[in-house]
Amino acid sequence: MTPLLDVRGLHKAFGGLVVASDISLALNPADRVALIGPNGAGKTSFVNMVSGALAPSSGSVSLAGRDITHMPEVRRVRLGLVRTFQVSRLFRSLTVREHVELAIRQRDGEAGIFSRGRPNSAVSDEAASHLDALGLLPDAGRLSREIAYGQQRLLELAIAMALAPKVLLLDEPAAGVPHDETARIERALDRLPPSLAILMIEHDMDLVFRFASRVVVLASGRVIGDGAPAEVADNARVREAYLGSYAHARRKP
Amino acid sequence: MTAAIPNLTAWRKQAASARIGRDVVGVTIVALAGGAAYFTFPDDLALLRSVMIAALFVLSLDLVVGYCGVATLGHAALYGAGAYAAGIACVRGIVDPLMLLGIGAIAGGLAALITGSIILRATGLPQLVLSIATLELGREAANKASRITGGSDGLTGIEPGALLGLFTFDLWGRTAYLFSLIVLVVLLFLLLRLVRSPFGLLCRGIKEDRIRIRSMGASVFPQLLKMYVVSGMVAGIAGALAAVTTGVVGLDSLGFEKSAMAIVMLVLGGAGSLYGALTGAAVFVVFEHVVSSINPFHWLSMVGALLIVVVLFLPRGLWSLAGQIERRLLRLRGVGE
Repeated sequence: MTPLLDVRGLHKAFGGLVVASDISLALNPADRVALIGPNGAGKTSFVNMVSGALAPSSGSVSLAGRDITHMPEVRRVRLGLVRTFQVSRLFRSLTVREHVELAIRQRDGEAGIFSRGRPNSAVSDEAASHLDALGLLPDAGRLSREIAYGQQRLLELAIAMALAPKVLLLDEPAAGVPHDETARIERALDRLPPSLAILMIEHDMDLVFRFASRVVVLASGRVIGDGAPAEVADNARVREAYLGSYAHARRKP
Repeated sequence: MTAAIPNLTAWRKQAASARIGRDVVGVTIVALAGGAAYFTFPDDLALLRSVMIAALFVLSLDLVVGYCGVATLGHAALYGAGAYAAGIACVRGIVDPLMLLGIGAIAGGLAALITGSIILRATGLPQLVLSIATLELGREAANKASRITGGSDGLTGIEPGALLGLFTFDLWGRTAYLFSLIVLVVLLFLLLRLVRSPFGLLCRGIKEDRIRIRSMGASVFPQLLKMYVVSGMVAGIAGALAAVTTGVVGLDSLGFEKSAMAIVMLVLGGAGSLYGALTGAAVFVVFEHVVSSINPFHWLSMVGALLIVVVLFLPRGLWSLAGQIERRLLRLRGVGE
């Protein structure tokens, strides 16, 4: 069976700085993979290459057997390859519900100038169910800039889910969230549809080890460890490159 | 955590409330105000008509500046295209006013398609420069083609026929006024529907964060170009309406100053709101008229002072006052309940 997302030999260098060197990674439905590594290891560059925001120097990316290496980002999204951002990128002047409604309309190709899509009530009901699943319904009418950062992270997730992804790339879903709110994000992640393939970049090791069934470790653009969480934690190279320095300072303040 | 869906019908109502009813009320108020002005200021119909034409032009500018975040000082190119197309068509024998507005819309839309495919590829200051460049090119073309445009003397002899074959354009400008008012009201309603549609929402998203909107699967340039063409059609109609109701088209309709004044009116009223665009055009044109008749020597400094005061104290424009008042009223009502 071909994997749902198949990344092979991805390579990228900015001048002399190698951010990705021969990275291969396959994702199947229902996979929960965490991508970890020290700062500057090339995690976000990797996500950018998979999502189409950055062109790799060599290597290939395919989705459900289809080569998408040179496909523009917007078309990948329509095929079900959806990402979130490390720092929330929301529309300051749009309400929470408008974000999700826009995502739904966009997914269904109903945001065009002449498109006559489903009635507003149908879209609005679907938006309500996405928001309710993440506990955001009470804040639906508020502007995205008015809600707490933890809720903004959840809204990022709601937008991604409204796009009906097959593969979800989560770039540090809990970054910058106060400690007492991480649990809420973790619960939200636990309740994502089981069949979804998820690749998550995360610094919070507690979250990584609870969430992921497989951990891939990146350092200086190379994969230096790949396996079950416990295996990876025992790997000497990984400990040296990453866990050692982070074991006592798992969270950024 | 499962915040019970408060009440699905209330949720739906909230979604619908911001929609068609509100627009109908808004447009009706504008129509009634226009009608009332017709009876209250019968001697100022020419001024009021120029308010409405300016308002149409500023509305079209708001579509791209306020809703899409495009930086342009070349919007008069679209207005001028509509004005010249309608004027030339009229001189050459097409005298039906509605058909002339249609010609203006097509010309404005085509001009937008051509200039938009250039300027929308850039952002920020380069975009601004490109917009000025396209405007200057258009102006120079109109200047050089003096055999059909009249060049720097302007295009004269535009004598449209009767509206619907029934209402001739009278000396007092009554027909011209009511015609302009109807065009303004109809277009305002259509544009309100447009900016509240999913497409309008998409454009607002593009304005705020292009990277974000791409990651939602929407390509930016084609959407911007569509909105730009709609804007060009509205600007073209405004230009055609000016040509039809005043009977002349000059090179100033393709002028840099025309573009800049529209930006000033938009900022004065509040970009990103069609009512703001309307308010800005009305306040600016009327204020300019009143002040210049009171003091013909210092009126420009008064206009400048007004702008400074508004921009400093109401950076989001005069129309943002209405929002503040509405919120205060809602709060009062909330306390009472």
